[in-house]
Amino acid sequence: MRDYFHDLARHVDTLAQTGEVILSWLVAEESDFIRFNRSAVRQATAVRQIHWTLTLIARNRRFDTRVSLAGNLAADRAVLGALLHELRQGIDDVPEDPFLLYDTGAATTAHDGAGALPDAALVLDEVLGAAKGLDLVGLYAGGPIYRGHASTLGARHWHAVRNFDFSWCLYHDRDKAVKSSYAGSTWEGREFASRMQFAREQLALLGETPRTLAPGGYRAYIAPAAMTEILGMLSWAGFGLKSRRTKQSGLIRMAEQDARLSPLVTLTENTREGVACGFQGEGFTRPPSVSLIERGVLAAPLVSPRSAREYDVPTNGANGDETPESLDLGSGSLAREDALKALGTGLYIGNLWYLNFSDRSACRVTGMTRFASFWVEGGKIRAPLNVMRFDDTAYRLLGENLESLTCERDLIVDDNSYGERSTDSMRTPGALLKELALTL
Amino acid sequence: MLATLARDFRAAAPAVDFCALRYVDEESERLTVRQDVAEPPQLSRDRGAMVTVIDKGGLGYAATSDLSPAGLKDALARAQRFAQLTGGRSVVDYSTIAMPRPEGVYGPRAAAGARSASRREKYDLLAAETRACRIDDRIVDWEASLWTTTSRQAYFTADGATVEQEFHYVVPNMSATAYHDGETQTRTHAGRYNGFCRQGGLEILDEFGFKGSGRTVAEGALELLAAPNCPSGKMDVLLMPDQMMLQIHESIGHPLELDRILGDERNFAGTSFVTLDMFGAYRYGSELLDVSYDPTRPEQFASYGWDDDGLVAEKQYLIRKGILERPMGGAISQARAGMAGVASTRACSWNRAPIDRMANLNVEAGSSSLDAMIASIDLGVMMRTNTSWSIDDSRNKFQFGCEWGRMIRNGRLAEVVKNPNYRGVSATFWRSLAAVGDASTFEVMGTPYCGKGEPSQVVRCGHASPACRFTGVDVFGGAA
Repeated sequence: MRDYFHDLARHVDTLAQTGEVILSWLVAEESDFIRFNRSAVRQATAVRQIHWTLTLIARNRRFDTRVSLAGNLAADRAVLGALLHELRQGIDDVPEDPFLLYDTGAATTAHDGAGALPDAALVLDEVLGAAKGLDLVGLYAGGPIYRGHASTLGARHWHAVRNFDFSWCLYHDRDKAVKSSYAGSTWEGREFASRMQFAREQLALLGETPRTLAPGGYRAYIAPAAMTEILGMLSWAGFGLKSRRTKQSGLIRMAEQDARLSPLVTLTENTREGVACGFQGEGFTRPPSVSLIERGVLAAPLVSPRSAREYDVPTNGANGDETPESLDLGSGSLAREDALKALGTGLYIGNLWYLNFSDRSACRVTGMTRFASFWVEGGKIRAPLNVMRFDDTAYRLLGENLESLTCERDLIVDDNSYGERSTDSMRTPGALLKELALTL
Repeated sequence: MLATLARDFRAAAPAVDFCALRYVDEESERLTVRQDVAEPPQLSRDRGAMVTVIDKGGLGYAATSDLSPAGLKDALARAQRFAQLTGGRSVVDYSTIAMPRPEGVYGPRAAAGARSASRREKYDLLAAETRACRIDDRIVDWEASLWTTTSRQAYFTADGATVEQEFHYVVPNMSATAYHDGETQTRTHAGRYNGFCRQGGLEILDEFGFKGSGRTVAEGALELLAAPNCPSGKMDVLLMPDQMMLQIHESIGHPLELDRILGDERNFAGTSFVTLDMFGAYRYGSELLDVSYDPTRPEQFASYGWDDDGLVAEKQYLIRKGILERPMGGAISQARAGMAGVASTRACSWNRAPIDRMANLNVEAGSSSLDAMIASIDLGVMMRTNTSWSIDDSRNKFQFGCEWGRMIRNGRLAEVVKNPNYRGVSATFWRSLAAVGDASTFEVMGTPYCGKGEPSQVVRCGHASPACRFTGVDVFGGAA
């Protein structure tokens, strides 16, 4: 695929006319998706897809079109040539763009991640073998993912990862389940078996009579998988320069009124240690890290090239939505093995679900507990929880009510695959809260 | 082109129990004017095919954008291998399911009379609305957009069945944001996530009152900025169609998806509080509640002739007089459940396998005028335009919020309130339905963004509804 990308990019170079710059953006993958339900296969799908966005820039105008390509060089050269012709025909109907900004350098970067991905037959054998006698439901997604940027000014950026993500639940009954995941570049049968064994042990805890809680405030330990949901809400238009300047950031009171989170909270866009590529669609490379919140105080925004031009500040290689792709919450001082003891009596929340703002200006967020969440007394798990709704502000959750963060952190790979498999990830510790407000 | 594709596919199709190809060719254009500056147009041309192979009980899919004979042959080989690998290890013996053999053509709505415009004319239209937003310094952001899509689809079985369908989608949007002293309020023309969406041409802009919407949303944002928070307490809510569509979607639509009930979605989108034994007897709502799956309104966003497994689309009641009648599930789920469903097996594009989805899911109009419903409320809130949605993984405990609320006191409309939210439980909420608006309150809406599935898929859904009144609802406002 790398050769194919460079060959097509060279071809596009030959098509550029005087006064034109052409940007290319490749998003491609070869994926196996295997869905399981009730320890059997529901759907198995093999997907090969190549999408190429061609951006014609001329006379201070910009015109983008994204097309699917076949993967056949001769045919795809012709497709891109015809597409470029269409863009030239239409570009003068496009108004001039005062916020046009793209990388004019000729830098070259390449990352080719290695991987030993399993054949689908092996995945089926190991998963179905381990699931015997259980109610397993989940998705295996694996295969190479490619990203590429090229410009007719000479820039070439290439990023390939070969990885898999198996996300699954073992169900006890109705909505009571243990959620697990196994992601990586090399499938190790022993590692998978170990994770299945851990899930089986947690499943046994779900056999106790569930506890239904009354609305009110409870001490709570939020496990890393649940923390990604809360951090995801902060990321939803929270860190971008545009959302800050247009007052639509969920963190607007941090930006405008000096509201603060706990000094325990340091958030970074940590491209260096993430899975996502280190460049973006207009060709700008990203710094290894960008400090977003420093000890509870709002720090730098994520700045896309468009916002950089609009607000006259430098870009830091953010994507067009100005959302983090490799968000990193710094660790704390609580050993994870001591978390239940430190919690004492309260809630162990393994997963949260379906979060949304109930008052965006106040960064008040609502959502549900899900999967393996438990009632804890005396530092020991006593009973699974029936699902409960929380509704609380980030300023309380990650501010006055944040007691500690764990030393250990998990790298959690985003398993969404809307259009294509995501390369986003988060690294987060667990969090011990003095109080979480439950409402329903 | 389609004849060539069908010929090449049938020539390459292996000798198996069932084999089909689904082709999707979708062209779209997104134009945006923000703060009076035109953003670069975003065009897309996405074309490819998904082949299905069922053999000896197994099922395999393979997607490819290489539509050459070699590309199709390769995809068929990959799908056949998955069918072989999964035979005897699948949730059902797929070879025992009678897959549809459809035949026919579904054309676009009112193709002859559909209005169109040049790109420059569209930009001018959007710019006129954004200019109208500049009414106050507290308006800090404003944006108009227009997203149009043409989708041509075909479905062939190896043994000769053929369907061709064509759709034209229009999604306008208009929003303005006001800010003062730490408080931000956004008002949109039927939702941040495009509640005004239909099939047809640019006449849809007139149907939705797009002209003039720029000033309206700007005034609306300022009105909210000055409004008090919605009060808390038990009271009636009068939900207008641009909130009803969300209420229907989340707390009727998703719970009635048959694949959820069968457990397929439990690792991601969730399960359902509805179980198979509830169909035919369970009281889902009050006697006033009639809910239909209705693919017959050509203008509605998810109307079609056949679903993506080739099942013919026909109107069916899912809930009648409050009693649950049937789920939303296509040929495969119906066979697994042993229960009738509707033609709702759908994929977001050529690169995803079809699963049970909502399509057009509507609440039928009742007999109450809007004035009569207002007059019947001693204390309540009229709510418009969804802005927040959250519901548990069984689709039961929900909390929804709207952009705009207006108090109703002693049968009369009173002050506007901001941040109106309410929460409830699906299993009981619909039983509190006390009045259903008549045809004068009925609007045909929808969403381009329904997410579900593993791998993930976003599909288009249509929701038409009258205004509805619910009693004894837990209402509250924004943070203190």
